[in-house]
Amino acid sequence: MRKAIERYSANERVNHWFTAIAFVILALSGLALFHPSMFWLTNLLGGGTWTRILHPFIGVAMFLSFIVMVRSFWAHNKLTRNDARWLARWRDVMNNREEGLPEVGRYNGGQKLLFWVMLLTMLLLLVSGIVIWQPYFAPVFPITLVRLAVLTHAVSAFVLILGIIVHIYASLWIKGSIRAMTRGYVSSAWAKKHHAAWYRDVGGS
Amino acid sequence: MALQSLDIKARSATTTESPSVRKTTQVAKLIDISKCIGCKACEAACMEWNDLRDVVGVNNGEFDSPRGLSDQSWTVMRFYEEEPNGNFEWLIRKDGCLHCADPGCLAACPAPGAIVQYSNGIVDFHEENCIGCGYCIAGCPFDIPRISKKDSKVYKCTLCSDRVAVGLEPACIKACPTGALVFGSKEDMIDHASGRVADLKERGFENAGLYDPAGVGGTHVVYVLQHADRPRLYGLPVDPIISPLVSLWKGVTKPIAMLLLGVTALGSFFHYIRVGPNETDEDEEENEAAS
Repeated sequence: MRKAIERYSANERVNHWFTAIAFVILALSGLALFHPSMFWLTNLLGGGTWTRILHPFIGVAMFLSFIVMVRSFWAHNKLTRNDARWLARWRDVMNNREEGLPEVGRYNGGQKLLFWVMLLTMLLLLVSGIVIWQPYFAPVFPITLVRLAVLTHAVSAFVLILGIIVHIYASLWIKGSIRAMTRGYVSSAWAKKHHAAWYRDVGGS
Repeated sequence: MALQSLDIKARSATTTESPSVRKTTQVAKLIDISKCIGCKACEAACMEWNDLRDVVGVNNGEFDSPRGLSDQSWTVMRFYEEEPNGNFEWLIRKDGCLHCADPGCLAACPAPGAIVQYSNGIVDFHEENCIGCGYCIAGCPFDIPRISKKDSKVYKCTLCSDRVAVGLEPACIKACPTGALVFGSKEDMIDHASGRVADLKERGFENAGLYDPAGVGGTHVVYVLQHADRPRLYGLPVDPIISPLVSLWKGVTKPIAMLLLGVTALGSFFHYIRVGPNETDEDEEENEAAS
Protein backbone atom coordinates (compact mmCIF):
# COMPACT_ATOMS: atom_id res chain seq x y z
CA MET A 1 0.00 0.00 0.00
CA ARG A 2 1.16 3.53 -0.80
CA LYS A 3 2.16 5.51 2.19
CA ALA A 4 0.13 8.68 2.79
CA ILE A 5 1.52 11.70 4.61
CA GLU A 6 -0.69 14.39 6.09
CA ARG A 7 0.03 17.82 4.57
CA TYR A 8 -3.01 19.87 5.63
CA SER A 9 -5.30 19.34 8.62
CA ALA A 10 -9.08 19.54 8.25
CA ASN A 11 -9.05 23.06 9.76
CA GLU A 12 -6.36 24.22 7.37
CA ARG A 13 -8.28 22.83 4.40
CA VAL A 14 -11.51 24.53 5.40
CA ASN A 15 -9.60 27.76 6.00
CA HIS A 16 -7.98 27.52 2.56
CA TRP A 17 -11.22 26.81 0.71
CA PHE A 18 -13.16 29.50 2.56
CA THR A 19 -10.52 31.99 1.45
CA ALA A 20 -10.53 30.55 -2.07
CA ILE A 21 -14.31 30.77 -2.49
CA ALA A 22 -14.29 34.35 -1.20
CA PHE A 23 -11.45 35.15 -3.57
CA VAL A 24 -13.28 33.80 -6.62
CA ILE A 25 -16.40 35.84 -5.81
CA LEU A 26 -14.27 38.93 -5.17
CA ALA A 27 -12.15 38.55 -8.30
CA LEU A 28 -15.20 38.10 -10.53
CA SER A 29 -17.21 40.90 -8.95
CA GLY A 30 -14.14 43.16 -8.85
CA LEU A 31 -13.34 42.56 -12.51
CA ALA A 32 -17.00 43.33 -13.23
CA LEU A 33 -16.50 46.86 -11.94
CA PHE A 34 -12.96 47.15 -13.33
CA HIS A 35 -13.60 46.73 -17.03
CA PRO A 36 -16.85 47.30 -18.96
CA SER A 37 -16.35 44.02 -20.85
CA MET A 38 -16.70 42.19 -17.51
CA PHE A 39 -19.72 44.10 -16.19
CA TRP A 40 -22.01 41.14 -16.95
CA LEU A 41 -20.31 39.34 -14.04
CA THR A 42 -22.26 41.62 -11.67
CA ASN A 43 -25.16 39.24 -12.36
CA LEU A 44 -23.41 36.66 -10.16
CA LEU A 45 -24.17 38.76 -7.10
CA GLY A 46 -27.56 39.95 -8.26
CA GLY A 47 -26.71 43.06 -10.27
CA GLY A 48 -24.46 46.11 -10.12
CA THR A 49 -25.84 47.58 -6.92
CA TRP A 50 -25.73 44.26 -5.05
CA THR A 51 -22.15 43.82 -6.27
CA ARG A 52 -21.24 47.23 -4.85
CA ILE A 53 -22.96 46.38 -1.55
CA LEU A 54 -21.61 42.83 -1.07
CA HIS A 55 -18.07 43.03 -2.48
CA PRO A 56 -16.53 44.93 0.48
CA PHE A 57 -18.09 42.64 3.12
CA ILE A 58 -16.87 39.52 1.32
CA GLY A 59 -13.50 41.26 1.06
CA VAL A 60 -13.24 41.68 4.82
CA ALA A 61 -14.25 38.03 5.28
CA MET A 62 -11.53 36.93 2.86
CA PHE A 63 -8.92 39.06 4.59
CA LEU A 64 -9.73 37.67 8.04
CA SER A 65 -9.70 34.11 6.73
CA PHE A 66 -6.44 34.77 4.90
CA ILE A 67 -4.81 36.13 8.06
CA VAL A 68 -5.61 32.85 9.86
CA MET A 69 -3.81 31.05 7.00
CA VAL A 70 -0.86 33.42 7.26
CA ARG A 71 -0.55 32.53 10.95
CA SER A 72 -0.59 28.80 10.16
CA PHE A 73 1.96 28.95 7.36
CA TRP A 74 4.15 31.90 8.41
CA ALA A 75 6.97 29.84 9.85
CA HIS A 76 7.31 27.72 6.69
CA ASN A 77 7.53 30.67 4.30
CA LYS A 78 10.72 32.46 5.34
CA LEU A 79 12.82 32.94 2.21
CA THR A 80 16.33 31.48 2.40
CA ARG A 81 19.45 31.38 0.21
CA ASN A 82 18.39 27.90 -0.80
CA ASP A 83 15.13 29.34 -2.18
CA ALA A 84 17.09 31.89 -4.22
CA ARG A 85 19.15 29.06 -5.72
CA TRP A 86 15.96 27.13 -6.48
CA LEU A 87 14.33 30.19 -8.07
CA ALA A 88 17.43 30.89 -10.16
CA ARG A 89 16.81 27.56 -11.88
CA TRP A 90 13.23 28.43 -12.83
CA ARG A 91 13.80 27.26 -16.42
CA ASP A 92 14.53 23.72 -15.21
CA VAL A 93 11.56 23.86 -12.87
CA MET A 94 9.25 24.99 -15.67
CA ASN A 95 10.43 22.16 -17.93
CA ASN A 96 10.04 19.37 -15.38
CA ARG A 97 13.84 18.90 -15.22
CA GLU A 98 14.22 18.22 -11.52
CA GLU A 99 17.59 16.51 -11.35
CA GLY A 100 19.99 18.43 -9.12
CA LEU A 101 17.51 21.09 -8.02
CA PRO A 102 18.20 22.40 -4.50
CA GLU A 103 16.30 20.40 -1.88
CA VAL A 104 12.94 21.96 -1.01
CA GLY A 105 11.36 22.16 2.45
CA ARG A 106 7.64 22.37 3.12
CA TYR A 107 7.35 25.08 0.43
CA ASN A 108 9.49 25.90 -2.59
CA GLY A 109 10.75 29.37 -3.52
CA GLY A 110 7.84 30.00 -5.87
CA GLN A 111 5.26 29.12 -3.24
CA LYS A 112 7.01 31.34 -0.71
CA LEU A 113 7.13 34.26 -3.13
CA LEU A 114 3.41 33.83 -3.75
CA PHE A 115 2.82 33.83 0.02
CA TRP A 116 4.50 37.23 0.39
CA VAL A 117 2.88 38.69 -2.74
CA MET A 118 -0.52 37.60 -1.41
CA LEU A 119 0.13 39.07 2.02
CA LEU A 120 1.25 42.41 0.56
CA THR A 121 -1.61 42.70 -1.93
CA MET A 122 -4.21 41.61 0.64
CA LEU A 123 -3.03 44.34 3.01
CA LEU A 124 -3.12 46.95 0.24
CA LEU A 125 -6.57 45.75 -0.86
CA LEU A 126 -7.93 45.96 2.68
CA VAL A 127 -6.63 49.47 3.33
CA SER A 128 -7.54 50.89 -0.10
CA GLY A 129 -10.86 49.06 -0.01
CA ILE A 130 -11.85 50.74 3.23
CA VAL A 131 -10.92 54.16 1.81
CA ILE A 132 -13.28 53.69 -1.18
CA TRP A 133 -16.06 51.86 0.72
CA GLN A 134 -19.37 53.59 -0.03
CA PRO A 135 -21.40 54.74 1.73
CA TYR A 136 -19.72 54.07 5.09
CA PHE A 137 -16.10 55.21 4.90
CA ALA A 138 -15.32 56.90 1.56
CA PRO A 139 -17.01 60.23 2.43
CA VAL A 140 -14.65 60.88 5.36
CA PHE A 141 -11.44 60.60 3.32
CA PRO A 142 -9.88 63.44 1.30
CA ILE A 143 -10.54 63.11 -2.44
CA THR A 144 -6.86 62.69 -3.39
CA LEU A 145 -6.57 59.75 -1.00
CA VAL A 146 -9.72 58.21 -2.50
CA ARG A 147 -8.25 58.58 -6.00
CA LEU A 148 -4.99 56.99 -4.87
CA ALA A 149 -6.97 54.19 -3.22
CA VAL A 150 -9.02 53.29 -6.32
CA LEU A 151 -5.80 52.99 -8.32
CA THR A 152 -4.05 51.00 -5.57
CA HIS A 153 -7.06 48.69 -5.25
CA ALA A 154 -7.10 47.98 -8.99
CA VAL A 155 -3.35 47.40 -9.27
CA SER A 156 -3.14 45.20 -6.14
CA ALA A 157 -6.12 43.15 -7.27
CA PHE A 158 -4.51 42.69 -10.68
CA VAL A 159 -1.28 41.40 -9.10
CA LEU A 160 -3.21 39.11 -6.74
CA ILE A 161 -5.36 37.64 -9.52
CA LEU A 162 -2.23 37.08 -11.61
CA GLY A 163 -0.62 35.29 -8.66
CA ILE A 164 -3.68 33.12 -8.12
CA ILE A 165 -3.85 32.13 -11.80
CA VAL A 166 -0.26 30.87 -11.43
CA HIS A 167 -1.18 29.18 -8.11
CA ILE A 168 -4.15 27.35 -9.64
CA TYR A 169 -2.18 26.35 -12.71
CA ALA A 170 0.70 25.02 -10.60
CA SER A 171 -1.72 22.79 -8.69
CA LEU A 172 -3.04 21.37 -11.97
CA TRP A 173 0.44 20.99 -13.42
CA ILE A 174 2.06 19.27 -10.42
CA LYS A 175 -0.04 16.12 -10.18
CA GLY A 176 -0.85 15.02 -6.66
CA SER A 177 -1.03 18.57 -5.27
CA ILE A 178 -4.77 19.08 -5.29
CA ARG A 179 -5.34 16.01 -3.11
CA ALA A 180 -3.21 17.69 -0.44
CA MET A 181 -5.78 20.47 -0.14
CA THR A 182 -8.93 18.40 -0.75
CA ARG A 183 -8.18 15.20 1.21
CA GLY A 184 -5.26 16.48 3.29
CA TYR A 185 -2.62 13.93 2.38
CA VAL A 186 0.05 13.35 -0.25
CA SER A 187 1.88 10.17 -1.20
CA SER A 188 5.34 9.70 0.21
CA ALA A 189 6.67 9.54 -3.35
CA TRP A 190 5.17 12.96 -4.02
CA ALA A 191 6.61 14.38 -0.82
CA LYS A 192 10.05 12.97 -1.56
CA LYS A 193 9.99 14.26 -5.15
CA HIS A 194 8.81 17.81 -4.47
CA HIS A 195 9.61 18.54 -0.84
CA ALA A 196 12.47 16.25 0.13
CA ALA A 197 13.60 18.21 3.19
CA TRP A 198 10.04 18.37 4.52
CA TYR A 199 9.63 14.64 3.81
CA ARG A 200 12.63 13.95 6.04
CA ASP A 201 11.32 16.27 8.76
CA VAL A 202 7.99 14.43 8.91
CA GLY A 203 9.74 11.09 9.30
CA GLY A 204 10.25 9.80 5.79
CA SER A 205 13.58 8.45 4.70
CA MET B 1 -33.80 60.05 -17.00
CA ALA B 2 -33.53 58.78 -20.54
CA LEU B 3 -34.86 61.13 -23.16
CA GLN B 4 -35.73 59.96 -26.65
CA SER B 5 -35.36 63.45 -28.08
CA LEU B 6 -31.71 63.77 -27.03
CA ASP B 7 -28.96 61.86 -28.79
CA ILE B 8 -26.40 60.23 -26.53
CA LYS B 9 -22.80 60.97 -27.55
CA ALA B 10 -20.96 59.14 -24.79
CA ARG B 11 -22.09 56.50 -22.30
CA SER B 12 -20.29 55.34 -19.14
CA ALA B 13 -18.63 51.89 -19.11
CA THR B 14 -19.27 51.41 -22.81
CA THR B 15 -16.39 50.59 -25.13
CA THR B 16 -18.15 50.82 -28.46
CA GLU B 17 -19.32 53.85 -30.39
CA SER B 18 -22.58 55.57 -29.43
CA PRO B 19 -24.98 56.69 -32.16
CA SER B 20 -23.24 59.66 -33.71
CA VAL B 21 -24.72 60.30 -37.13
CA ARG B 22 -26.90 63.30 -36.31
CA LYS B 23 -25.30 66.63 -35.58
CA THR B 24 -26.98 68.74 -32.94
CA THR B 25 -26.24 72.19 -31.61
CA GLN B 26 -23.87 72.42 -28.67
CA VAL B 27 -25.61 74.26 -25.85
CA ALA B 28 -24.15 76.25 -22.96
CA LYS B 29 -25.22 78.14 -19.90
CA LEU B 30 -23.41 81.41 -19.33
CA ILE B 31 -23.09 82.62 -15.74
CA ASP B 32 -22.10 86.28 -15.67
CA ILE B 33 -20.82 86.77 -12.14
CA SER B 34 -20.59 90.54 -12.60
CA LYS B 35 -24.37 90.68 -12.99
CA CYS B 36 -25.32 88.32 -10.16
CA ILE B 37 -27.00 89.90 -7.15
CA GLY B 38 -27.20 86.66 -5.10
CA CYS B 39 -30.99 86.56 -4.93
CA LYS B 40 -31.07 82.74 -5.13
CA ALA B 41 -34.04 82.72 -7.50
CA CYS B 42 -32.06 80.13 -9.53
CA GLU B 43 -31.81 77.90 -6.44
CA ALA B 44 -35.54 78.15 -5.85
CA ALA B 45 -36.37 77.52 -9.51
CA CYS B 46 -34.07 74.48 -9.56
CA MET B 47 -35.77 73.00 -6.50
CA GLU B 48 -39.22 73.71 -7.90
CA TRP B 49 -38.67 72.32 -11.39
CA ASN B 50 -36.77 69.24 -10.18
CA ASP B 51 -39.08 68.53 -7.21
CA LEU B 52 -36.31 68.85 -4.64
CA ARG B 53 -36.44 70.17 -1.08
CA ASP B 54 -33.30 70.15 1.03
CA VAL B 55 -33.51 69.94 4.82
CA VAL B 56 -33.64 73.33 6.51
CA GLY B 57 -30.09 74.04 7.69
CA VAL B 58 -28.55 76.23 10.36
CA ASN B 59 -27.51 79.87 9.96
CA ASN B 60 -23.77 79.97 10.31
CA GLY B 61 -23.30 83.70 9.73
CA GLU B 62 -22.80 83.37 5.98
CA PHE B 63 -25.14 83.97 3.07
CA ASP B 64 -24.46 80.53 1.60
CA SER B 65 -27.74 78.70 2.01
CA PRO B 66 -27.78 75.77 1.80
CA ARG B 67 -24.11 75.56 2.73
CA GLY B 68 -23.18 73.28 -0.13
CA LEU B 69 -24.36 71.02 -2.88
CA SER B 70 -26.33 67.92 -1.94
CA ASP B 71 -28.56 65.30 -3.50
CA GLN B 72 -31.36 67.82 -2.96
CA SER B 73 -29.45 71.00 -3.85
CA TRP B 74 -28.06 70.83 -7.36
CA THR B 75 -27.08 74.49 -7.46
CA VAL B 76 -25.85 76.75 -4.66
CA MET B 77 -24.84 80.40 -4.57
CA ARG B 78 -21.40 80.71 -3.02
CA PHE B 79 -20.59 84.10 -1.54
CA TYR B 80 -16.94 85.16 -1.50
CA GLU B 81 -15.88 88.36 0.27
CA GLU B 82 -12.65 89.46 -1.39
CA GLU B 83 -10.44 92.50 -1.86
CA PRO B 84 -8.71 91.65 -5.12
CA ASN B 85 -7.62 95.23 -5.90
CA GLY B 86 -7.68 96.73 -2.42
CA ASN B 87 -11.41 97.39 -2.64
CA PHE B 88 -13.99 95.09 -1.16
CA GLU B 89 -15.85 92.98 -3.68
CA TRP B 90 -18.65 90.55 -3.14
CA LEU B 91 -18.12 87.74 -5.61
CA ILE B 92 -21.18 85.53 -5.86
CA ARG B 93 -20.83 82.36 -7.87
CA LYS B 94 -23.63 80.00 -8.77
CA ASP B 95 -22.01 76.59 -8.17
CA GLY B 96 -23.14 73.39 -9.85
CA CYS B 97 -22.13 70.94 -12.56
CA LEU B 98 -20.09 72.52 -15.37
CA HIS B 99 -20.98 69.80 -17.91
CA CYS B 100 -17.42 69.16 -19.10
CA ALA B 101 -16.82 68.21 -22.70
CA ASP B 102 -14.41 65.61 -21.29
CA PRO B 103 -16.31 64.50 -18.16
CA GLY B 104 -14.24 62.84 -15.41
CA CYS B 105 -17.38 61.39 -13.79
CA LEU B 106 -18.29 59.54 -16.97
CA ALA B 107 -14.74 58.23 -17.42
CA ALA B 108 -14.69 56.87 -13.85
CA CYS B 109 -18.19 55.31 -13.80
CA PRO B 110 -18.21 51.46 -13.96
CA ALA B 111 -21.96 51.09 -14.58
CA PRO B 112 -22.99 51.05 -18.25
CA GLY B 113 -25.27 53.99 -19.04
CA ALA B 114 -25.38 55.43 -15.53
CA ILE B 115 -23.73 58.59 -16.85
CA VAL B 116 -24.36 59.85 -20.37
CA GLN B 117 -23.29 62.82 -22.40
CA TYR B 118 -25.82 64.08 -24.91
CA SER B 119 -24.69 65.31 -28.30
CA ASN B 120 -25.71 68.82 -27.20
CA GLY B 121 -23.05 68.67 -24.47
CA ILE B 122 -25.20 68.03 -21.38
CA VAL B 123 -23.78 65.42 -18.98
CA ASP B 124 -26.61 63.58 -17.25
CA PHE B 125 -26.84 60.96 -14.53
CA HIS B 126 -29.32 58.14 -15.14
CA GLU B 127 -29.84 57.16 -11.51
CA GLU B 128 -31.70 53.96 -12.34
CA ASN B 129 -28.41 52.53 -13.66
CA CYS B 130 -26.28 53.94 -10.82
CA ILE B 131 -24.82 51.33 -8.47
CA GLY B 132 -23.70 53.80 -5.78
CA CYS B 133 -19.94 53.17 -5.91
CA GLY B 134 -19.01 56.86 -5.80
CA TYR B 135 -16.34 56.56 -8.51
CA CYS B 136 -17.80 59.64 -10.28
CA ILE B 137 -16.97 61.67 -7.18
CA ALA B 138 -13.32 60.64 -7.53
CA GLY B 139 -13.45 61.42 -11.25
CA CYS B 140 -14.92 64.93 -10.99
CA PRO B 141 -12.38 67.80 -10.93
CA PHE B 142 -15.02 70.22 -9.55
CA ASP B 143 -16.40 68.28 -6.54
CA ILE B 144 -19.95 68.20 -7.89
CA PRO B 145 -21.66 64.76 -7.63
CA ARG B 146 -23.38 64.04 -4.30
CA ILE B 147 -24.29 60.57 -3.11
CA SER B 148 -27.70 60.38 -1.45
CA LYS B 149 -27.87 59.03 2.09
CA LYS B 150 -31.37 57.87 1.29
CA ASP B 151 -30.83 55.70 -1.81
CA SER B 152 -27.02 55.66 -2.36
CA LYS B 153 -27.41 57.10 -5.86
CA VAL B 154 -25.58 60.19 -7.08
CA TYR B 155 -27.29 63.40 -8.10
CA LYS B 156 -26.27 66.67 -9.70
CA CYS B 157 -27.46 69.41 -12.06
CA THR B 158 -29.00 67.98 -15.26
CA LEU B 159 -28.87 71.36 -17.01
CA CYS B 160 -32.62 70.68 -17.12
CA SER B 161 -32.07 68.15 -19.91
CA ASP B 162 -35.80 67.42 -19.83
CA ARG B 163 -36.60 71.08 -20.52
CA VAL B 164 -33.83 71.55 -23.08
CA ALA B 165 -35.04 68.43 -24.92
CA VAL B 166 -38.35 70.16 -25.65
CA GLY B 167 -36.84 73.53 -26.54
CA LEU B 168 -37.12 75.24 -23.16
CA GLU B 169 -34.30 76.93 -21.29
CA PRO B 170 -33.19 75.53 -17.91
CA ALA B 171 -35.33 76.54 -14.91
CA CYS B 172 -32.57 78.66 -13.33
CA ILE B 173 -32.23 80.74 -16.52
CA LYS B 174 -35.98 81.33 -16.57
CA ALA B 175 -35.90 82.65 -13.01
CA CYS B 176 -32.84 84.93 -13.13
CA PRO B 177 -34.02 88.56 -12.77
CA THR B 178 -30.79 90.33 -13.82
CA GLY B 179 -29.74 88.48 -16.96
CA ALA B 180 -26.71 87.04 -15.17
CA LEU B 181 -27.81 83.64 -16.48
CA VAL B 182 -28.11 83.19 -20.22
CA PHE B 183 -28.69 79.99 -22.19
CA GLY B 184 -28.19 79.19 -25.85
CA SER B 185 -25.75 77.62 -28.26
CA LYS B 186 -22.20 77.46 -26.96
CA GLU B 187 -21.11 79.60 -29.90
CA ASP B 188 -23.63 82.31 -29.06
CA MET B 189 -22.68 82.19 -25.38
CA ILE B 190 -18.99 82.69 -26.17
CA ASP B 191 -19.98 85.58 -28.42
CA HIS B 192 -22.20 87.09 -25.73
CA ALA B 193 -19.42 86.64 -23.17
CA SER B 194 -16.88 88.47 -25.29
CA GLY B 195 -19.20 91.50 -25.34
CA ARG B 196 -19.55 91.30 -21.55
CA VAL B 197 -15.79 90.94 -21.09
CA ALA B 198 -15.12 93.97 -23.29
CA ASP B 199 -17.66 95.97 -21.26
CA LEU B 200 -16.06 94.93 -17.95
CA LYS B 201 -12.59 95.83 -19.22
CA GLU B 202 -13.89 99.29 -20.10
CA ARG B 203 -15.17 99.61 -16.55
CA GLY B 204 -11.76 98.92 -15.06
CA PHE B 205 -11.81 95.14 -14.68
CA GLU B 206 -8.78 94.70 -16.89
CA ASN B 207 -8.46 90.97 -16.17
CA ALA B 208 -12.08 90.16 -16.95
CA GLY B 209 -12.49 87.02 -19.00
CA LEU B 210 -14.32 83.80 -19.77
CA TYR B 211 -13.88 80.64 -17.67
CA ASP B 212 -14.17 77.74 -20.12
CA PRO B 213 -11.35 75.48 -18.92
CA ALA B 214 -9.52 73.70 -21.76
CA GLY B 215 -8.13 71.01 -19.43
CA VAL B 216 -11.53 69.28 -19.43
CA GLY B 217 -12.17 70.03 -23.11
CA GLY B 218 -14.15 73.18 -22.31
CA THR B 219 -17.43 73.19 -20.39
CA HIS B 220 -21.09 73.66 -21.18
CA VAL B 221 -21.49 75.96 -18.21
CA VAL B 222 -19.16 78.90 -18.59
CA TYR B 223 -18.51 81.88 -16.32
CA VAL B 224 -17.77 85.52 -17.02
CA LEU B 225 -15.32 86.45 -14.25
CA GLN B 226 -14.26 89.98 -13.35
CA HIS B 227 -10.89 88.54 -12.32
CA ALA B 228 -10.37 85.69 -14.77
CA ASP B 229 -6.66 85.63 -13.91
CA ARG B 230 -7.60 84.51 -10.38
CA PRO B 231 -10.40 81.89 -10.54
CA ARG B 232 -9.52 80.81 -7.00
CA LEU B 233 -11.20 83.99 -5.72
CA TYR B 234 -14.44 82.31 -6.82
CA GLY B 235 -13.53 78.87 -5.50
CA LEU B 236 -12.75 77.61 -9.02
CA PRO B 237 -9.67 75.54 -9.87
CA VAL B 238 -7.11 77.40 -12.00
CA ASP B 239 -6.49 74.68 -14.57
CA PRO B 240 -8.85 71.77 -13.85
CA ILE B 241 -8.01 68.40 -15.33
CA ILE B 242 -9.14 64.86 -14.58
CA SER B 243 -6.70 63.72 -11.85
CA PRO B 244 -3.73 61.78 -13.30
CA LEU B 245 -4.53 59.04 -10.75
CA VAL B 246 -7.99 58.65 -12.27
CA SER B 247 -6.66 58.84 -15.85
CA LEU B 248 -4.09 56.16 -15.07
CA TRP B 249 -6.70 53.95 -13.38
CA LYS B 250 -9.31 54.31 -16.12
CA GLY B 251 -6.85 54.74 -18.98
CA VAL B 252 -3.94 52.41 -19.71
CA THR B 253 -4.38 50.23 -16.60
CA LYS B 254 -7.70 48.73 -17.75
CA PRO B 255 -6.74 47.27 -21.15
CA ILE B 256 -3.18 46.32 -20.11
CA ALA B 257 -4.36 44.49 -16.97
CA MET B 258 -7.06 42.59 -18.88
CA LEU B 259 -4.55 41.65 -21.58
CA LEU B 260 -1.95 40.40 -19.09
CA LEU B 261 -4.54 38.33 -17.18
CA GLY B 262 -5.64 36.74 -20.43
CA VAL B 263 -2.06 36.09 -21.54
CA THR B 264 -1.20 34.47 -18.19
CA ALA B 265 -4.21 32.14 -18.28
CA LEU B 266 -3.59 31.22 -21.91
CA GLY B 267 0.16 30.89 -21.32
CA SER B 268 -0.50 28.47 -18.45
CA PHE B 269 -2.67 26.32 -20.67
CA PHE B 270 -0.04 26.25 -23.43
CA HIS B 271 2.62 25.38 -20.87
CA TYR B 272 0.58 22.29 -20.04
CA ILE B 273 0.27 21.47 -23.74
CA ARG B 274 4.00 21.92 -24.44
CA VAL B 275 5.66 20.67 -21.24
CA GLY B 276 2.95 18.46 -19.84
CA PRO B 277 2.08 17.57 -16.27
CA ASN B 278 4.65 16.89 -13.61
CA GLU B 279 3.71 13.41 -12.45
CA THR B 280 5.00 11.41 -9.51
CA ASP B 281 5.97 7.85 -10.27
CA GLU B 282 4.19 6.03 -7.43
CA ASP B 283 5.33 2.57 -8.62
CA GLU B 284 8.96 3.47 -8.05
CA GLU B 285 8.13 4.14 -4.45
CA GLU B 286 6.26 0.86 -4.11
CA ASN B 287 9.14 -1.04 -5.66
CA GLU B 288 11.56 0.55 -3.23
CA ALA B 289 9.28 -0.34 -0.33
CA ALA B 290 9.01 -3.93 -1.54
CA SER B 291 12.72 -4.45 -2.02
